[in-house]
Amino acid sequence: MRMSLLQQIIIIGTVVLGTMITRFLPFLLFPGGKETPALVQYLGKYLPAAVFGLLIVYCLKDVSVFSGNHGLPEVISIAVVVLLHRWKRQMLLSIAGGTMCYMLLVQMVFRV
Amino acid sequence: MTTDSLTSLNEKKEGKASGTKRKALQAAFPYTLPIFAGFWFLGLTYGVYMNASGFSFWYPMLMSLTIFAGSMEFVTVNFLLGAFDPLQALLMTFMINARHLFYGISMLDKYRGTGWKRIYLIFGMCDESFSINYTADIPENVDRGWFMFFVTLLNHFYWFSGATLGGIFGSLIHFNTKGLSFVMTAMFTVIFMEQWMKEKNHTSSLLGIGISVTCLLVFGSEKFMIPAMIAILIFLAALRKPFESGEEKI
Repeated sequence: MRMSLLQQIIIIGTVVLGTMITRFLPFLLFPGGKETPALVQYLGKYLPAAVFGLLIVYCLKDVSVFSGNHGLPEVISIAVVVLLHRWKRQMLLSIAGGTMCYMLLVQMVFRV
Repeated sequence: MTTDSLTSLNEKKEGKASGTKRKALQAAFPYTLPIFAGFWFLGLTYGVYMNASGFSFWYPMLMSLTIFAGSMEFVTVNFLLGAFDPLQALLMTFMINARHLFYGISMLDKYRGTGWKRIYLIFGMCDESFSINYTADIPENVDRGWFMFFVTLLNHFYWFSGATLGGIFGSLIHFNTKGLSFVMTAMFTVIFMEQWMKEKNHTSSLLGIGISVTCLLVFGSEKFMIPAMIAILIFLAALRKPFESGEEKI
């Protein structure tokens, strides 16, 4: 049975609330006026590098290395991004080049 | 002072204020272009998915505006189609969005001193806005607060418009976009490299990749995020002494 409109609004509102709690909580716990604990300051400085690594893995989480294309289109396209970025260091060029490479590969070459 | 000169002074002031905003917008826009591509694709997909699940375009439109967290919105469709269970929805939201806590801790200082814009910056702190606002080299003559505000606003708008259009025209779209979502992977790769080139010590970057891959292999794609985040926290906390003493040497 489909939910009523009110139930749908409650569910969506709950998701909004939950999302906002995860976004606002650190700022509420460590407001500007007070000294932020040293451990949190340290984490704020070193976490991002690890988080960017985590985000790449998150994007690739559904790639199967052991079946299908064995992640080859992903590996090749990431290599293109890395090489382009080391060569020109133009964010848009690296991203566009890698994405076009990936689209060509999955549409024309690795058609599984 | 005559009225004329007062008026011209006011005009100058206003001109300067709008100049600040225009400059910030011009500086922010190029950074958001890849996200435009990615969010329109994902947003359209999301709108089409909502449409196919039997929801009118009002749903993707309002949800993209208020939730503004991509993967979370896809999951919310399942909540809406399943049994009414707000508590489960809340707990799942915490699990999926726990990474925002990391973003907040990292942005405590950067979002400080941006006035009323701070509320919106925190509200709109999705993966992409966080990544750009954390790593972008904002030119000296561009206002930081407005720059970050426009990055967040543009991203929000791309997602909102993509999701809404997908909800409206979803059933009519037929062109081969297979593989376009790779634009997000490519963007995070570039952001990772930018961070890599800036840092002296690569331990944290390597830990991030290593721990995430390990957890992915152990826990599987659905459940690896939380263990990975906990492991990253433990490793970083354990490495605090060597990291900070290493800094003194430099």
